[in-house]
Amino acid sequence: MSGPNTNFDPVEVAALDPETIDAAVTDALTAIASAATLDDLKALRSTHAGDRSPLALANREIGALPPSAKAEAGKRVGQARARVAQAFTTRQGELEAERDERILTEEAVDVTLPTARRPLGRRHPIELMSQRIADLFVGMGWEIAEGPEIEAEWFNFDALNFDADHPARQMQDTFYVDPPEDGLVLRTHTSPVQARTLLERGVPVYVAAIGRVFRTDELDATHMPAFHQVEGLAVDEGITMAHLKGTLDRLAAELFGEGVKTRLRPSFFPFTEPSAEVDLRCFVCGGSDPDCRTCKGTGWIEWGGCGMVNRNVLTACGVDPDRYTGFAFGMGIDRALMFRTGVSDMRDMIEGDVRFAAQFGMEI
Amino acid sequence: MRVPIDWLREYVAVPHDATGEQIAADLVRIGLEEEGLHTGGVTGPLVVGRVLTMEPEPQKNGKTINWCTVDVGDANGTGEPQGIVCGAHNFAPGDLVAVILPGGVLTTPQGRLEVGARKTYGHVSAGMICSERELGIGDDHDGIMVLGRRFAGQDDLLAGLTPGTDAIPLLGLDRETVEVNVTPDRGYCFSVRGVAREYSHATGAEFTDPALALDAAAPPANEAGFAVRLTDDDPVRGRPGCDRYVARVVRGIDVAAPTPAWLAARLTEAGMRPISLPVDVTNYVMLGLGQPLHAFDLTTLEEPVVVRRARAGERLTTLDGVDRALDTGDLLITDHGGERPVAIAGVMGGAQTEVGKGTHDVLVEAAHFEPVSIARSARRHRLPSEASRRFERGVDPALAAAAAQLAVDLLVEHGGGVADAGVTDVGTPDAPEAVTMPVDFPSRIVGVEYSAEEVVSILRAIGCTVTRDADELTVVPPTWRPDLTTAADLVEEVARIHGYDRIPSALPTPPGGAGLTHAQRVRRIVADVLAGQGLFEVWGAPFVSAERYAALGLDVDAELARSVRLANPLSDEQPLMRTRLLATMVEALRRNVARGTRDVGLFEIGLVVDRRGEQRPAPTEDVGVRPSEETLAEIRAAVPAQPRHLAFVLAGERDRGGWWGPGRAADVTDVVDLVRVLGVALAVPVTTVADGVAPYHPGRCARVELADGTLVGHVGELHPKVVAALGLPARSVAGELDLDVLVTAAEPTVQASTLVTFPMAQSDVALVVDDAVPVADVEAALREGAGETLETVSLFDVYRGDQLEPGRKSLAFRLTFRAADRTLTTEEVSGLRDSAVASAARRTAAVQR
Repeated sequence: MSGPNTNFDPVEVAALDPETIDAAVTDALTAIASAATLDDLKALRSTHAGDRSPLALANREIGALPPSAKAEAGKRVGQARARVAQAFTTRQGELEAERDERILTEEAVDVTLPTARRPLGRRHPIELMSQRIADLFVGMGWEIAEGPEIEAEWFNFDALNFDADHPARQMQDTFYVDPPEDGLVLRTHTSPVQARTLLERGVPVYVAAIGRVFRTDELDATHMPAFHQVEGLAVDEGITMAHLKGTLDRLAAELFGEGVKTRLRPSFFPFTEPSAEVDLRCFVCGGSDPDCRTCKGTGWIEWGGCGMVNRNVLTACGVDPDRYTGFAFGMGIDRALMFRTGVSDMRDMIEGDVRFAAQFGMEI
Repeated sequence: MRVPIDWLREYVAVPHDATGEQIAADLVRIGLEEEGLHTGGVTGPLVVGRVLTMEPEPQKNGKTINWCTVDVGDANGTGEPQGIVCGAHNFAPGDLVAVILPGGVLTTPQGRLEVGARKTYGHVSAGMICSERELGIGDDHDGIMVLGRRFAGQDDLLAGLTPGTDAIPLLGLDRETVEVNVTPDRGYCFSVRGVAREYSHATGAEFTDPALALDAAAPPANEAGFAVRLTDDDPVRGRPGCDRYVARVVRGIDVAAPTPAWLAARLTEAGMRPISLPVDVTNYVMLGLGQPLHAFDLTTLEEPVVVRRARAGERLTTLDGVDRALDTGDLLITDHGGERPVAIAGVMGGAQTEVGKGTHDVLVEAAHFEPVSIARSARRHRLPSEASRRFERGVDPALAAAAAQLAVDLLVEHGGGVADAGVTDVGTPDAPEAVTMPVDFPSRIVGVEYSAEEVVSILRAIGCTVTRDADELTVVPPTWRPDLTTAADLVEEVARIHGYDRIPSALPTPPGGAGLTHAQRVRRIVADVLAGQGLFEVWGAPFVSAERYAALGLDVDAELARSVRLANPLSDEQPLMRTRLLATMVEALRRNVARGTRDVGLFEIGLVVDRRGEQRPAPTEDVGVRPSEETLAEIRAAVPAQPRHLAFVLAGERDRGGWWGPGRAADVTDVVDLVRVLGVALAVPVTTVADGVAPYHPGRCARVELADGTLVGHVGELHPKVVAALGLPARSVAGELDLDVLVTAAEPTVQASTLVTFPMAQSDVALVVDDAVPVADVEAALREGAGETLETVSLFDVYRGDQLEPGRKSLAFRLTFRAADRTLTTEEVSGLRDSAVASAARRTAAVQR
């Protein structure tokens, strides 16, 4: 604020005319409104709000006024300067918003551009199926047991009540380690894990064994020399075939959807008695198409083998067969994957062509 | 087992309107799985035709064909005679024959034949006049089938035949045959008799055991019978090789007499080819009743017949003309009082005593042999036969006399023979052993409440003799059920006859488990992390060749010493079990590249073999016996170690090129990084140290180890020679780790430190060292010198070039510091930095740039 100006007659101070002030305000507002850019606006600041602007100059004159006039003139000039300042702020905001919007518009990126700088890999669908099965059993309070793939004949056969003369022990189906007299085979099923589990954990026991097994089949669309099985074993007091059926129903629902129908059919396995095959109602034709390729017109799909653990198995594994009963089942995981996802050629599952797994996500 | 339904009806009252499909479904329920449903192999227009004319036309090739016209009624749509060329001559104008018209399909022994009109020998031959063989209803290939001869004596039937009549039902080609899969415990179901019994159990239809009437008709054994002696000086598991031998003699047979059409048809439907009357009869009895028979030419057989084990060095030429060295385990039929082998019992007869064209007198053998002995002989000589298949699974020992009687009846009736009054029936099979069972045992095992009455009545229905004493049943199984030896076997019978479909569904209530194991969780993490890093999980059969190890540049002998060899590999070229996953994974890499996926990352988690020391035999033990602790320990010790490995391989671009710029090819740092990422994921500090082992590039290979130096595995760029030998993409990088080591290392729980919130200070330093100095050494020296307030060291630039002497590199590091109790001053930080640089200078001769 400048000091009192005693050299002028206040009456002659034209700068404080209401008209002059109003005109200065109008000039300023017009100029502000017409500022097209932030730079324009900035340039206007000294003209209309700077120290040498008309209103600033007018303000200086106030001090020279007689006290009676000071208040009114001060109010007038103050209001005028406030209006101009307000106009600057508003316009500044408008122009900044315009600028920001323009920049954001200019910064737009084509989001349809390809992005695969490093594409995601994938788990193998069979492993995902295995995991799913493991999780189901863990959820039911079972544990997941494991065993070696090169296995002693005793675990693979004798412990499971496969007599030395059983046809499965011949070389047609079973890979034998050389020399065959050494009693080592590539496990033909996950069932040796049953024996290992009973011996190592004792009873009661509820375990599922999931793993790779081997048969002397040449690789083609429907056979693989190595494939995957899930084996279930429950040995406890009071275990019945109804428990077997219930567990299989649960597994079937998990893998193939609620409502899938299972059926037990009398069969024979050395390590179970009574024995059964478990079939699934054909999901493709539901039993209505005599020419169905999935179920060969029978309406049922063979799913696996099962039964009540043979007392010879319990005895061989040191479990009292008069006190404990148990059930066991085994089925192919690869086949389950085929049913579930429509895989039609087994070679796709074993050859390691990444295009196979790439069809799936990380959950199956 | 193929069961002609027509034959089945003879033994069990199958409802008239039951279809093959229904019958199959009924049998499935009781445990006989349907394998197929068959009708005759003929479809399309097969009609009765009357030969009108036949003109013999000699051909240049010396054959004479007949150009025939045949009246087929309206079956050809025109009513005009059908012109057909026929090569046979055993018929004449006026004969009724079977004609297959164009559009029909025959299944001949050579395969499927679609019949059409075709030009041949200068005529258009529109169809075929069929032989029995072509229709699959007989083995007569002397000529075409003349219906007047086939149905000789059936005048009413013949009178009803007119040209154009559908011949498919006439010839029984519409008859259905159910094929069922017989499980090894149900040998009795390898017969129509057995399947009929099961059908009766499934449906309640009335079963008539054909053996009962035959048994009643069979004369008792007498002194006049052919002399037979049963011996066994080496019984299998204490059971004699033969415990019953029935021999019957039929003399004066015309072996050329035709097999009756109905019998031939049944054999054909059951899947066996009719051959000659004596052979057909023995097969018929086997299929019908389940008793394998053997027919000897009596004149070639010298009394007495002796059943005994083979002696060392003995030989026999079997029916198939093969001269076989016999094993002392083989059970033999011999004659001349035991001097000459004439058959391998239950497996195959000898050529010298074979029934042939000149045979008139036949000895029919119906015997009961011990299953294991027969199974071993059949396998030893690779002679699985219809007979051995039945003996292996157990033949009803009470059946021999009835079966022999049926054979005798048929030979007498159709071969014009006369049965000898002499009857041989020696040996006394053990009676089935009684099994005791608490009456509530089936309910306890199955989870269905069976009443005592139900249990007893079911067991009686399947032929058992049951006596009840309070809550205990004593059950004597029928002779045809040698499989019923334990209470559990009886439970299965109760459950299946009552119906497996009536077993309820209930979940057991486990005591609760501990979830996945640490190892199982770690394996999931590793696989998920690697997939997240862009790698695809693969798996493969674990079979490799020694050449593969050589191609990988490995010491083949060392790998062989750790591997095991398969006795019966699928391919002789891949007889070894892999000692490392990379040995098989490279195939998947090659396959992907060959199929066009050039930028690819693969990983596999799987078992490998790591045999330590000599391979040792694993003892076996009889079934149902718990081995001693010592034996169990031996068994376990004989199983070679099989660590779980993780392997990965990268080829092509690791970071892909695209609109954003060029890609970056995978190099050794990428596999080092995978190891680092896994270490981070598992909170296991792993370090990499320069190494030079196969199959890697000697200058681009790292040993992966834990903080204490434990070897985890190796990563590196594959050696150029390996890449060339295996046809892999150049510069492929790979690694293989012992996952079990990582699993163990990941066990300790990480202990948290409190986060320090004082400000971080940083300082950069550039150090010049010799090219050969590993960055890790420089970094370690910096850490040592900087002290405990050093938080991170990161290398942000490596420079080699004009401003340095050759063979030198400049490493630019950023060090960050933070003290736990105060804000570090600028002076403190530069002091720490100087101390770090001094340490690097001392330990790696680094010079600050």
